[in-house]
Amino acid sequence: MCLAVPGQVIETKDETAVVDIQGNHLDVLTTLVPDAQSGDYVLVHAGLAIALISPDDYHEHQRIMQEIQNYAQRALEQP
Amino acid sequence: MQNSPTRNDADTPTAESAHLVKLLHRLATRLHPRHINVMEVCGTHTAAAQAAALPALLPENVRLISGPGCPVCVTPAAFIDQAAHLALQHHVHILTYGDMIRVPGQTTSLEEARRHGAQVSVVYSARQALQIAARKPDKNFVFLGIGFETTAPATAVALAAARQQHLTNFFVLSAHKRLMPAMQALCSDQALAIDAFIGPGHVSVIIGSHAYTDLVARYRRPCVIAGFTGQQMLLALVHILTQLLDNTPAVANVYGSRVSTEGNRRALDLIAQTFTPADTRWRGLGVIDQSGLALAAPWQTFDAAHAFQLPQPPDAEPPGCRCGDVIKGLIPPADCPLFARRCTPDHPIGACMVSREGACTAWYRYRRSENHHA
Amino acid sequence: MPDEIKLAHGGGGSLMNDLIRREILPLLGNNHLDALPDCARLDAPAHPLAFTTDSFVVDPLIFPGGDIGRLAVCGTVNDLAARGARPLALCLAIIAEEGLPLDTLRTILKSLAAAARHAHVHIVTGDTKVVPRHAAASLFLTTAGIGSLHDQLDFTANRIHPGDLLLINGHLADHGIAVMSARPDAAFLTDLTSDVAPLADLVNAVIDRCNSAVKCMKDPTRGGLAACLNELALNVGFVLDEQALPIKPTVRGACDMLGLDPLTVANEGKMLFVVAPDAAPDALDTLRRHPLGRDAAIIGRVDKRAGLVRLRTTLGAERIVDMPYGEQLPRIC
Repeated sequence: MCLAVPGQVIETKDETAVVDIQGNHLDVLTTLVPDAQSGDYVLVHAGLAIALISPDDYHEHQRIMQEIQNYAQRALEQP
Repeated sequence: MQNSPTRNDADTPTAESAHLVKLLHRLATRLHPRHINVMEVCGTHTAAAQAAALPALLPENVRLISGPGCPVCVTPAAFIDQAAHLALQHHVHILTYGDMIRVPGQTTSLEEARRHGAQVSVVYSARQALQIAARKPDKNFVFLGIGFETTAPATAVALAAARQQHLTNFFVLSAHKRLMPAMQALCSDQALAIDAFIGPGHVSVIIGSHAYTDLVARYRRPCVIAGFTGQQMLLALVHILTQLLDNTPAVANVYGSRVSTEGNRRALDLIAQTFTPADTRWRGLGVIDQSGLALAAPWQTFDAAHAFQLPQPPDAEPPGCRCGDVIKGLIPPADCPLFARRCTPDHPIGACMVSREGACTAWYRYRRSENHHA
Repeated sequence: MPDEIKLAHGGGGSLMNDLIRREILPLLGNNHLDALPDCARLDAPAHPLAFTTDSFVVDPLIFPGGDIGRLAVCGTVNDLAARGARPLALCLAIIAEEGLPLDTLRTILKSLAAAARHAHVHIVTGDTKVVPRHAAASLFLTTAGIGSLHDQLDFTANRIHPGDLLLINGHLADHGIAVMSARPDAAFLTDLTSDVAPLADLVNAVIDRCNSAVKCMKDPTRGGLAACLNELALNVGFVLDEQALPIKPTVRGACDMLGLDPLTVANEGKMLFVVAPDAAPDALDTLRRHPLGRDAAIIGRVDKRAGLVRLRTTLGAERIVDMPYGEQLPRIC
């Protein structure tokens, strides 16, 4: 019950924003992320923005990948 | 825009995933001969795993079990019949997410009701449902509220707007569910053989990663929160197996900072103001205490069950159906007496076959491809 | 002339005559049609004929990149092209709902005419009916097409052989998403346009170059590539390569948003080619040189697992691609 997509806010209005999702424009409620500004990235679920996405998201993901692999390596090296 | 947050997750290079798969197999070998059962709770994870062909890549001693979080399992069969009844007897226009249209209830489906003249429309959002109702004040509209804490806030926002706009023709029939009571019920089942959970990333955005802490402390099973790509689930599995090897069960999050420890405060407040926990039925699992979100007293005028005086229909699992045991991972689908005999994808009886991502549907298709392998 | 269709327009009387002479003939007229015969007389070619029909019920009638008129010509012409047939003639049946604005009909007739010219085919006979109005004043079209088959080659599923390769002439799922975005209840806006186009010319170019190495062709319309391949997978199976599928990021974004699988979304300007492996590079080259094939790609191959269509995912494993059940609906799970 969890289908959500990332998009970039291109315009904010009172309680809504226009979010660009790979070139598609969606009108989205910003009730849960009222601080979202143009240029911010948000996660959109059924017409509602549910979270801000860090602009550093890609690198964060790479870091997470690395950390988990390191963690696994260390555990494997234990007797 | 390769590095932008909106890059398409499906463009993940295969090399990264291949490395994770190798790591997973090494970890599983170290854990051998132990059998590991990992449950993913949310239907979107089941769909993502199947779409990515993840089960085919798992080590022989690691099993991924689909939990009870798909649209079929989280709505009692009788809910569908209630909605159909509203449309056919009370001439209400039903507005629903697309997921529910083809789900069979006890006696009918929304699709079938529509063939018999019921007005049923698919909406993309609760807000859209409200807009439709606002445009046609002479007609009663009932929005079917389904989903976990990810989706409940949207229903709450729509209700608040309905109140503000003084609408008298917009109602909600709620089948919203809470994640934690279900996970709690699964963990506390003595017979359960679940070693770890993959936590739904988007429910976790709302409830926060700390929501899992008590569960992990009590039951000592790893809970790793993940997003909805094959690679995210692989990452979660690697983390889980490492925790099991290390014997350090903990809550972890591989989905990044979109999931915070405390969750989305506004969403949680909205849910608390609009809904009240209720004992409610899960298809295949039966009643789980405090696992549902019913409309709270201040919102009773918008509650379709109240407004239309819907009787609580008796609801029970179909005789012979062992979906509950399949969902919990206690038996494989083939061990259910109805499987592939009376219960098939074309004529599904229990939740596991009704759901297009259900364990029994997946097993049935897998058997079909195995038979073709020769 | 009234500005919308009335029941009497389908009555066979003067109003219908007016409609035909003033609105339909000026746009679609040709040697055959101008005489308004009940039957058109065609000179039969020496070779066997191909014969196909399709009905068009798209909603909305007009969408980004096309309309029901263009669709009605291209859909039937492309079915002929998939068999390697050169279109000889089309017939057209119009069923209009009372209340349809005449301007809408004119737009659609103009599209029909333009598409027919583009496809080098005439509409030689037709019929018009008007029915009482339902929810919306709509329009349904049926076209049938006669074509002349290739004198030596035939293109059928039983020519497909394990080892053959699958090619597509461009991006998938544009049409379905463009149409969805144009509906009044659509949740999103997009620049995407339908890919609806007549493909006979493209097909002929590939056949001219590769001859009998082209085994079979099929246009993945309703139900998308998933339905198309499942229909062809009789004695053979198919494996698609997820990374090779040409899908625009905008389409992927829309599919992600709505919970749709791009493999199940309709196309109206795409042709699947099943080609012997040695000829695949030439086929690809021919496609890419053509305006309707610039983004062509090799997307999969044929194997022995009869009846099974699979996708090799980015994780490197295979999953089954089933025949889609009916219309794909936006979902939250």
